[in-house]
Amino acid sequence: MEQLLLLIFLPLAGAIITAFAGKSAKIISTVISVASLVLALFIAGNFIPDASTQFEANLPWIADLGIRFHAGIDGISMLVVLLTNLLIPIIILSSYKHDYKNPAAFYALILFMQTGLLLVFTAMDAFLFYIGWEAALIPIYFICAFWGGKDRIRINMKFFVYTIAGSLFMLMGIIYLYLQNPADNFDIQAFYALNLDSAQQGWIFWAFFIAFAIKMPIFPFHTWQPDTYTTAPTQGTMLLSGIMLKMGIYGVIRWLLPIVPTGVQDWSGLAMVLSIIGIVYASLIAFTQKDTKRLVAYSSIAHVGLISAGIFALNQQGMQGAMVQMLSHGINVVGLFFVLDIIFSRTKTNKIEELGGIAKAAPQLAIVFLIIVLGTVALPGTNGFIGEFLLLMGVYNYGIWTAAIAGLTIIFGAVYMLRMYQNVMLGQTNTLTINFKDIQGTEKLVLYIICALIIILGVYPKPLLHITEASVQHLLEQVNQKLTSVK
Amino acid sequence: MTIEQLIWLVPLLPFLGFVINGLGRNSLSKGLVGIIGSGVILASFIISVVIFFSLQGDTQKSHEVFLFDWISAGTLHIPLSFLVDPLSSIMLLIITGIGFLIHLYSTSYMHDDEGFGKFFSYLNLFVFFMLLLVLGSNYIVMFIGWEGVGLCSYLLIGFWYTNSAYASAAKKAFVMNRIGDLGFLLGVFLMFNFFGSVEFSKIFPQAANMLPGNNTLILITILLFIGACGKSAQLPLFTWLPDAMAGPTPVSALIHAATMVTAGIYMIARSSVLFDLAPFTQHIIAIVGAATALVAAIIALTQTDIKKVLAYSTVSQLGYMFLGLGVGAYTGSFFHVLTHAFFKALLFLGAGSVIHAMHHEQDMRHMGGLRKKLPVTFLTMMIGTIAIAGLPPFSGFFSKDEILAHAFQYSPVLWGIGVITAFLTAFYMFRMMFLTFSGKYRGTHHEESHVHESPAAMTTPLIVLAVLAAIGGIINLPHVFGGNEWLAHWLSGAGVAQHELDLSHSTEYALMGTSVVAAIIALLYAYTRYVKGARVPVADEAPRSALAKLSYHKFYLDEIYDFIITKPLDAFSRFFYRVIDTKFIDGIVNGLGWSTNEASKGIRLLQSGNVGFYIFMMVFGIVALLLYTFLYI
Amino acid sequence: MENLTTQMAGVPLNHYIYLCAIIFTIGVIGVLTRRNAIVIFMSVELMLNAVNLLLTAFSVHSNDPSGQVFVFFIMALAAAEVAVGLAIIVMVYRNTKSIDINVLNRLKW
Repeated sequence: MEQLLLLIFLPLAGAIITAFAGKSAKIISTVISVASLVLALFIAGNFIPDASTQFEANLPWIADLGIRFHAGIDGISMLVVLLTNLLIPIIILSSYKHDYKNPAAFYALILFMQTGLLLVFTAMDAFLFYIGWEAALIPIYFICAFWGGKDRIRINMKFFVYTIAGSLFMLMGIIYLYLQNPADNFDIQAFYALNLDSAQQGWIFWAFFIAFAIKMPIFPFHTWQPDTYTTAPTQGTMLLSGIMLKMGIYGVIRWLLPIVPTGVQDWSGLAMVLSIIGIVYASLIAFTQKDTKRLVAYSSIAHVGLISAGIFALNQQGMQGAMVQMLSHGINVVGLFFVLDIIFSRTKTNKIEELGGIAKAAPQLAIVFLIIVLGTVALPGTNGFIGEFLLLMGVYNYGIWTAAIAGLTIIFGAVYMLRMYQNVMLGQTNTLTINFKDIQGTEKLVLYIICALIIILGVYPKPLLHITEASVQHLLEQVNQKLTSVK
Repeated sequence: MTIEQLIWLVPLLPFLGFVINGLGRNSLSKGLVGIIGSGVILASFIISVVIFFSLQGDTQKSHEVFLFDWISAGTLHIPLSFLVDPLSSIMLLIITGIGFLIHLYSTSYMHDDEGFGKFFSYLNLFVFFMLLLVLGSNYIVMFIGWEGVGLCSYLLIGFWYTNSAYASAAKKAFVMNRIGDLGFLLGVFLMFNFFGSVEFSKIFPQAANMLPGNNTLILITILLFIGACGKSAQLPLFTWLPDAMAGPTPVSALIHAATMVTAGIYMIARSSVLFDLAPFTQHIIAIVGAATALVAAIIALTQTDIKKVLAYSTVSQLGYMFLGLGVGAYTGSFFHVLTHAFFKALLFLGAGSVIHAMHHEQDMRHMGGLRKKLPVTFLTMMIGTIAIAGLPPFSGFFSKDEILAHAFQYSPVLWGIGVITAFLTAFYMFRMMFLTFSGKYRGTHHEESHVHESPAAMTTPLIVLAVLAAIGGIINLPHVFGGNEWLAHWLSGAGVAQHELDLSHSTEYALMGTSVVAAIIALLYAYTRYVKGARVPVADEAPRSALAKLSYHKFYLDEIYDFIITKPLDAFSRFFYRVIDTKFIDGIVNGLGWSTNEASKGIRLLQSGNVGFYIFMMVFGIVALLLYTFLYI
Repeated sequence: MENLTTQMAGVPLNHYIYLCAIIFTIGVIGVLTRRNAIVIFMSVELMLNAVNLLLTAFSVHSNDPSGQVFVFFIMALAAAEVAVGLAIIVMVYRNTKSIDINVLNRLKW
């Protein structure tokens, strides 16, 4: 319990310290984030990979309303907690070459966001979950709105209003569940035990699904995302794409499926269709994008579409694939955005046609970029393959045609990723890229870590699969049990 | 040392070579890189030989070596494990043996390239993945190798990446392979659903008890065949292979002739149990194979780039092998894989030697009369040409005729296509030889004086391969020549399905005679045309007859694909982005925001600032509420 | 004193209700029709006191003292309101030299 509280509140304490640290904010936030990573690894080391909830903290909070500070870690949480605490130090390190105005606020916001994210990923109380959900949104709004690029205020307004509109539907759902709950509390187990008829489940499904779909984002709720990713400062984009969109996926797995399995079953066909449309649609759009960041943004929509398709296939392979892919996608997309940031910081452009020939000037960057691209296109031996393979297998068990269409992602992914790689890195150097400096210092460190993770997790993914296996199995059993008991 | 103890070294050594050369590409000297790069492959080859012989002396013909659990989720368990059996052991010999020769050749061929270390590390990585492909004991490990070799192919085709045409060729190869890979993957999923496993040792025994014509099996095999089409460059996915010639010539020899492109044949031979139960699929394979063989041969007739001729010839020969697979001649196809590996690697390396001597000139219109200048190259390439043309007693004759005999038994029409292809093959190969080596030199005198025979590191592999191409036929000498069909017996130990020929010896002689006569006619025709007639192919823009134009422009396949696939997809992409995404979906989202704004603009006018009005509205509201309460509640 | 109480208790509740309604209506009409802020203010007080009276009447009628407790609260509140309200009016007067509410129409969109 103490470990968990420390895990959640260490970044918050760090945020407060950092906020007053002035010039040394960079260093302090790095130390804090690395400490949280160590803590998360320690927790992972002591984690017993069965279906139970561990390190549980269950403290009274707002007693009159039955709200408790109830958090815990099971296999599903463990993975995303690891992802969060792994990526935050990487993201902070990736900002070392930048000189952001008012660094204390910048790094404090990142750490503050970490606490929000960790609350989301460990909450066992719906109210706490909602608090974390919104707490994670506020800092990212400020990061994007203060340090973003052109037209940032309008775009961020849209992002903020869009996501918060989705969250309000979820809030309504949570309140409804609370009112239905005879125990008068927000506890997740009590919600699991609720007996709702299929009409109620349908409504709750939509209330939650819209919130999660906007966050992920699933087609057609995605239009805030490319603009926001493009204008946000790179660290903001990394936070959004690497961790924040996993909130939506995690929400589906943790809250949507077990609480309203009948609703999910009734509507999974539609969710599946949306996911698969998203895969093909976003991949196709990525084909002709002229801006590298926007291209990766669309590719992220396609990848998330596959993840959600795997989840709504409702089987072990799809679900575990989704878990692994959450982690892999987080690592890969952060790597991609970092590489694009490095290129942007040296050439001052994101336009694909203006670049080219960087491989000649920066061979090391070419190699790490290639490894990250290969991870993204799911080459066997990289982390992306494990996730996509399991996901496609899960989708396959749903239907062969869905798998055939979803599988187009492995072709289309190769097309747009390699197109980008070719146009940016290969070919002749031009005036912009002739004096391109190769990666150095922290850039090297971060990219090497990312590449190492891509390969290690691709060659030996067993620990990840092992952590999640029992919990996912338990979750599916729970869902199936509830489905049969309703019939 | 037992097989289990040795086998993991075979792929590990090239991998180590990759790591060392990759890390030391800037610091190690070229000599050291070459020694390490070739040395690890040689060591692997030696171990492979040891394994091969111990397997021969072993009563147990198949050894599964478990390394570790790779993926497990639910009922799915995929171990990383190797399978050593007669089929994979022969592939090991080919990959490491020819691989070594080509590495040796490259030490000289690539010597002046600044990416020397990079080249060797990629080459070693390729060998590693190729070994993984053939050693995998299940379809997923095979798939790692399968895509891994695709990656190396991508890297090596785009080796001179500053040329964007080369980089595009690399991308095209990768993407086209991926199309096949999706088929492969879906086939594997289906197999897992159907058999409950992806292990060879679990699938094949189950399949053995099934009746032919099972619909699921047909679907599985078709999907696998799509995978093979991508990797082994069959219609309609073959257009990447000719473009792949953008890579350095040793790469073309190793990857795009001898090993990687035959992975599809290896996979189907490995799964012959399944394919034997799906006659419909076999039918398709035979037709696709024959069509590819013919189409590629026709294209090869008019090509002027020496490597392009060889590339289309490779596609054509691969078509032959698929024809063999389709008609049930699994051993014959595999036999052709072996002999083809010898003579095609030889021909590519020979072409490389020519290109090297010509200072990177690949257009045959600028060559000619090189026989005196490059005697070793000429001689060895001639042996390769005779072998590929199917003239006895060189190796190509035996393997090609085994396929043709089976094809005849299956359907005389397919056999007819095979013979026509054999005729065309002989013609374009001799055309290439004559254009390159006979007649007069067609460049400047100054250039001519610089042409010289390649160094020993390049000619030694040529000689070794020439010997193999000449005598390779003996490993599966058919009964009609008093042979014992050693390869067939050996492969049956690996569960490769065998189908005895049901033809009388006289029929067999007649069939062989036909194809040999066809080849000789082709040879004579090429001789009169290019040596006696001293004809040289016309320039690119010169007018051609309709048929020659069709052949020269590769049946416009690239243009057709561009028109029916690439262009529409890009158009869709732009349409989706500009219209659907920005205008429609985002329009709805922005429209919601806009209408809220507009509504607030209207409603805020109520806020007139007039206190009296506010009070009135308040009282009005209260009265209305009261009235509502009285009247309705 | 006791006499008075009994006498008052003798007045039927209806009469109190009518009276309060009349006073309240006068207050409402005052608020609606007058433009002088002070008069509006006084009208509001009238309304408050009408309610006070009604609360007391019901309190006595149903023998429940809590109604009268409310009255005290309202009185205290009204006093506070007067203090704040008058202060605002004074400030308004200082700024605009008028306490006509129609002059105060700048608080709008």
